[in-house]
Amino acid sequence: MKRSTLFVGQLAFTLLVCAFMLVPVLMSLLAGLTRNYFQGISSGLTFDWLVQVWQAYAPTVWLSLQLAAACALCVCVVGVPAAYALVRMNNRFSRAFEELMVLPVAMPGLASALALLLTYGQFGGFRSSWLFILVGHVLFTLPFLVRPVMAVMQRQHLPVLEEAAASLGAGPFRRFFSVVVPNCQAGILAGVLMVVTLSLGEFNLTWMLHTPLTKTLPVGLADSYASARLEVASAYTLIFLLMIVPLLIALQAISARLSRGEKR
Amino acid sequence: MTASVVSTRKVPAGQAIVPSLRPTAAWSLVPAATVLFAFWLLPLAHLIVLGGQSRDGSASGYWQVLGSAQYLGSLAQTCMLAFAVTLAALLVGGISGVFLARQRFFGRSALVALLTFPLAFPGVVVGFLVILLAGRQGLFASLGLELAGERWIFAYSLTGLCIGYLYFSIPRVILTVMAACESLDRSLEEAAHSLGAGHWRVVCDVIVPGLAPALISCGAICFATSMGAFGTAFTLGTRLNVTPVAIYNVFTNYANFAVAAALSVVLGALTWAVLLLARRLVKQSRTVL
Repeated sequence: MKRSTLFVGQLAFTLLVCAFMLVPVLMSLLAGLTRNYFQGISSGLTFDWLVQVWQAYAPTVWLSLQLAAACALCVCVVGVPAAYALVRMNNRFSRAFEELMVLPVAMPGLASALALLLTYGQFGGFRSSWLFILVGHVLFTLPFLVRPVMAVMQRQHLPVLEEAAASLGAGPFRRFFSVVVPNCQAGILAGVLMVVTLSLGEFNLTWMLHTPLTKTLPVGLADSYASARLEVASAYTLIFLLMIVPLLIALQAISARLSRGEKR
Repeated sequence: MTASVVSTRKVPAGQAIVPSLRPTAAWSLVPAATVLFAFWLLPLAHLIVLGGQSRDGSASGYWQVLGSAQYLGSLAQTCMLAFAVTLAALLVGGISGVFLARQRFFGRSALVALLTFPLAFPGVVVGFLVILLAGRQGLFASLGLELAGERWIFAYSLTGLCIGYLYFSIPRVILTVMAACESLDRSLEEAAHSLGAGHWRVVCDVIVPGLAPALISCGAICFATSMGAFGTAFTLGTRLNVTPVAIYNVFTNYANFAVAAALSVVLGALTWAVLLLARRLVKQSRTVL
């Protein structure tokens, strides 16, 4: 097939968009590894900034990982049964409920955080613990697990399998855990990866909900952008990217597999 | 989506058992309902009530917001910025998305992967990337120094904010447009071509109307995220007069809870209204994420 000028033009345009997306990221990576950014790359490459960031901000990384893991767990416990219920019920009520669940994502995060803060802020112990941030993250990420799980549940021959299990004498719990959950593994995995990625990067809610003792990675990032030198901020960003890019690659691989399964 | 729902219903054996499963199914909604009620509906109701309260004899939060040129100005500015970003993102993402969905070439999937990464970047990181691009020591500053002898700095203004919002809106549009292109009927385009329509006619009369539902719902989500994005504006400087920053300033600097709550409610209501309008326009059963 002969490629027309239109193709070349569109390719150039897309590459330009890609450059717009990538150039700042590459600059940030480079700045995090350069000895002195203002002198440029000729000043030599170094890992000193990374070490310095790790010494200053390691707790934020651990807290973020802890939050992301706890968030994924909570969202699974709450979300998988909810997805099952929404698929099974499939009536006006369940659609309204699904809409309600998406609302915290569509609303400005600052507004949700403010609402949480003004309502539960007076409970000192809860306010100052990391659980307060966890609540915000669970609200924000819940639909991102429920949606893919629902999509998988709707497409599998789940009713037939469940009926078979029921006719063999399995109770509702047994059916849920040994038939429904194993059949939705791919959807759950995709949802969990998305939840972890989002939780690691969540800032709008977290900035309002955090306390000086519960600083997450994005909060630390905002801190370093405001006060630290450019190289340190870049090195910190580099650490963050190292954490989420593998997750994103895994997510893309899984969603590609899921959409292949849909076509089959 | 609807197709798969219908197919679930079609399973004849499954239908017989659905009534007996229903009570159990409703029970499994309880944890999610509890969480949403306790941590979302209740606080939201509290926020709405709080916005109506007043402090030391002044008007209620809502009246203060609606009566103040500053707050209304920031709301208008936020809306206009979000609208401009949405239009630009739809244009750029639409062109790239159709191209990536239609053409097959070496490195295409890698390009798609690279283009969709920024979707998961938090606002603060995007703000920092904008600073690297257009800040005091940024790429454009050194470029301007080379070409025109002066530093081009626009990161700390609305332009910078606009670039930041584009940064996470474009990937979303590209993804949606690519998915929507899959379901477009190509024979319509071929028919238009064979009837003598030029490229532009086909784009305007066949492709854009075909993609319109996806574009509208995705645009609404881009608008909503741009309305509420706080991280980017926060990194670029709290002098920017956009509503999320205004809420933050009112809350932390003046501890004026009523006005902060009222502003949040108004911002949330505006965002929600736009999402609802988009859904009316495309008659679609659920919000896209």
